[in-house]
Amino acid sequence: MTTDGLHGERPTASLRHDPLTRGLGWASAALGAPQIIRPGAVARVLGVDDAPRHRLASAVVGAREMVAAAGLLGRPRPVWLWARVGGDAMDLTLLGRALKHHDGRGQRRTEFATVATALITLTDLYAALTRTRRSTPMELTSTTTVSGSPNEVYEFWSRLEQLPTFMAHLEEVRVTGAGRSHWRAAAPFGRDVEWDAETIQDIPGQRLAWRSADGADIPNAGEVRFVPAPGGRGTEVHVRLAYDLPGGALGKAVAKYFGEEPTQQLDDDLRRFKQVFEVGEVIRSDGAPKGKQAREEFPQHPARPLSADERKEAAA
Amino acid sequence: MKANCWISPNKVDVTDVPDPTILNSRDAIVKVTSTAICGSDLHLLDGYVPTMQKGDVMGHESMGEVVEVGSGVDGDKLRVGDRVVVPFPIGCGACSACRNGLWSCCENTNPNAGVAEKMFGHPVAGIYGYSHLTGGFAGGQAEYARVVLADVNALKIESDLTDEQVLFLSDILPTGYMGADMCNITDGDVVAVWGAGPVGQFAMDSARVLGAAKVIAIDDIAYRLEMAAGQSYETINYSDTDVRSTLLELTGGRGPDKCIDAVGLEATHGAAHVQLYDRAKQAIRAETDRPHALRQAIMSCRSGGIVSVIGVYGGFIDKFPAGSWMNRSLTLKTGQCHVQRYMRPLLERIEQGELDPTRVITHRLPLAQAPHGYDIFKHKQDHCEKVVLKP
Ligand SMILES: NC(=O)c1ccc[n+]([C@@H]2O[C@H](COP(=O)([O-])OP(=O)(O)OC[C@H]3O[C@@H](n4cnc5c(N)ncnc54)[C@H](O)[C@@H]3O)[C@@H](O)[C@H]2O)c1
Ligand SMILES: [Zn+2]
Ligand SMILES: [Zn+2]
Repeated sequence: MTTDGLHGERPTASLRHDPLTRGLGWASAALGAPQIIRPGAVARVLGVDDAPRHRLASAVVGAREMVAAAGLLGRPRPVWLWARVGGDAMDLTLLGRALKHHDGRGQRRTEFATVATALITLTDLYAALTRTRRSTPMELTSTTTVSGSPNEVYEFWSRLEQLPTFMAHLEEVRVTGAGRSHWRAAAPFGRDVEWDAETIQDIPGQRLAWRSADGADIPNAGEVRFVPAPGGRGTEVHVRLAYDLPGGALGKAVAKYFGEEPTQQLDDDLRRFKQVFEVGEVIRSDGAPKGKQAREEFPQHPARPLSADERKEAAA
Repeated sequence: MKANCWISPNKVDVTDVPDPTILNSRDAIVKVTSTAICGSDLHLLDGYVPTMQKGDVMGHESMGEVVEVGSGVDGDKLRVGDRVVVPFPIGCGACSACRNGLWSCCENTNPNAGVAEKMFGHPVAGIYGYSHLTGGFAGGQAEYARVVLADVNALKIESDLTDEQVLFLSDILPTGYMGADMCNITDGDVVAVWGAGPVGQFAMDSARVLGAAKVIAIDDIAYRLEMAAGQSYETINYSDTDVRSTLLELTGGRGPDKCIDAVGLEATHGAAHVQLYDRAKQAIRAETDRPHALRQAIMSCRSGGIVSVIGVYGGFIDKFPAGSWMNRSLTLKTGQCHVQRYMRPLLERIEQGELDPTRVITHRLPLAQAPHGYDIFKHKQDHCEKVVLKP
């Protein structure tokens, strides 16, 4: 693929709602605006003279701050925090040079500005270090062959709302607009994971590709290809899913959920897709009455009919 | 209802369990009128098949009357009141395996396909009462049984044949027949059958029906060999005779053209030290199956012949005579029976009197006596050949 743009850092919901990140964004805006509008006044506050080169430096720094502000407030990513750290280093260099060549007038103000910038640098560094998630890419592939033409199989898969009938971890898929859908997955660690997805390619009878929209807890992308099997023996369905597993507890829980052989679950999902396509429903047994969770439940319910209570539980 | 359940290795018990219900829309519920104990059940009883669980309902050879059908069952094919025989492998009729007649390799009916795939490389179909590896479906040694995808997995009996005449269409008659069918029997063929249990007996009958010139039965249980001799088959008792040299003698030195293994993984060996070798390996799990009959069949078969394996193997074997097989151009064929492929033509053969499946029945017991039935069948007591249970 490689899953159309999952790679690289992605904006995340947590940064969007992170007070520190937002605070730094607003601070950038508050510092940047006057430097562009009144560079002379800013130079005076900093205790450096109003020479044209100081004005120019102030305007450049101001523009940089505004870009960082736009980034941090608009599409928050760790990279903007690192940009601030870089900017801070540049400011400290400028201030250091100013102190070295100072003519004495307003030197205390320059010293104060330097100390303040050093403190801001520490804050930015802290924010950048703690907000940079070391995400782990995970890619799963699986394939099956079903009896049907590529068009039929594509049509069937395109009815996204029914994906949860055979995909073990999916609770609900809702189409929310043209090429847009909302997905909800049951996570085994007591919380649901939700995301919006956008279709990025849709070639009837051949390929469907999608990826999560900005703000997904677990950024993900996927594609299904429908390939005619040789000799008219049905359609090969090739699925590829890519996840960007976040660091921290959520990422660990998800990785554990997928287990040592993460593709196993996708294999099982595709097996059930084939069942629903060819037979009409997921086959249930007394041992695996829920159908969808068969493999996770070993040892299973014994192969004897279920009591009314057990049936209720299996249906839940 | 009452059902015969697996408790632990060497122990089955008839206990109360909930009545079966419709779990999938194409299910049917059958009130069981006759059900049988199979040699395959002995592999479960003896603990050779992994993934059995305490409380699993046994049984994969059943028939009865349809008492309920799911909303998705095609009414033209099956209705309440129909009398049906239930084939043991669950097929779907829609996947490429089923459409090619490989019903016991159905790609859709095993909810535990992922586990079976780990064990076998590729998954196998669901089977009633036959471990969780084949899906965890409750079996039919019970008062009622659920039939999955009932419109393709129930053979309607519309004539007035008795239960005993048609019950074995669920498994052992098609299995024996498939053993002979895989031999591509041609005029003049000599067919040797290892195992004179019910499956072996039906393999012999089928070989005869398919035109074998001579049928030879091999076993060490005298009364079972007598049963074969009663059908005018030659017999060899491997406990007191060297099988290979006797087969050569009976075939002018050529060896049987076609050999059928109707024994499987619990074969015993006439020579105590060989038996002990494989039994010990089995006990320490260095091999899971004892392949005496298979080894002997390969070594005995004439060059270019066919070895057809219907005895069940579950895992791995040791000392497979690959050299004999390869250098002498032997063909090895096998499979869990694709019952749905054979049941209709065989029903016709029964109706026309070409085959009489009732000839192997030695015991008719109430369901409550299932544990006793297992006991005498396993230990070859009371001249037991085949036990039919009446719920
Ligand atoms: N392929 C299928 O679909 C299918 C279906 C049903 C049964 N089976 C298998 O067929 C086999 C026979 O079933 P059954 O119901 O007749 O069982 P059974 O146990 O009654 O018969 C097996 C016979 O083999 C004999 N035997 C043991 N070791 C032997 C040896 N070395 N040489 C010759 N004979 C030997 C035993 O004495 C016994 O009479 C079993 O393995 C069973 O699991 C396969
Ligand atoms: Zn059987
Ligand atoms: Zn099938």
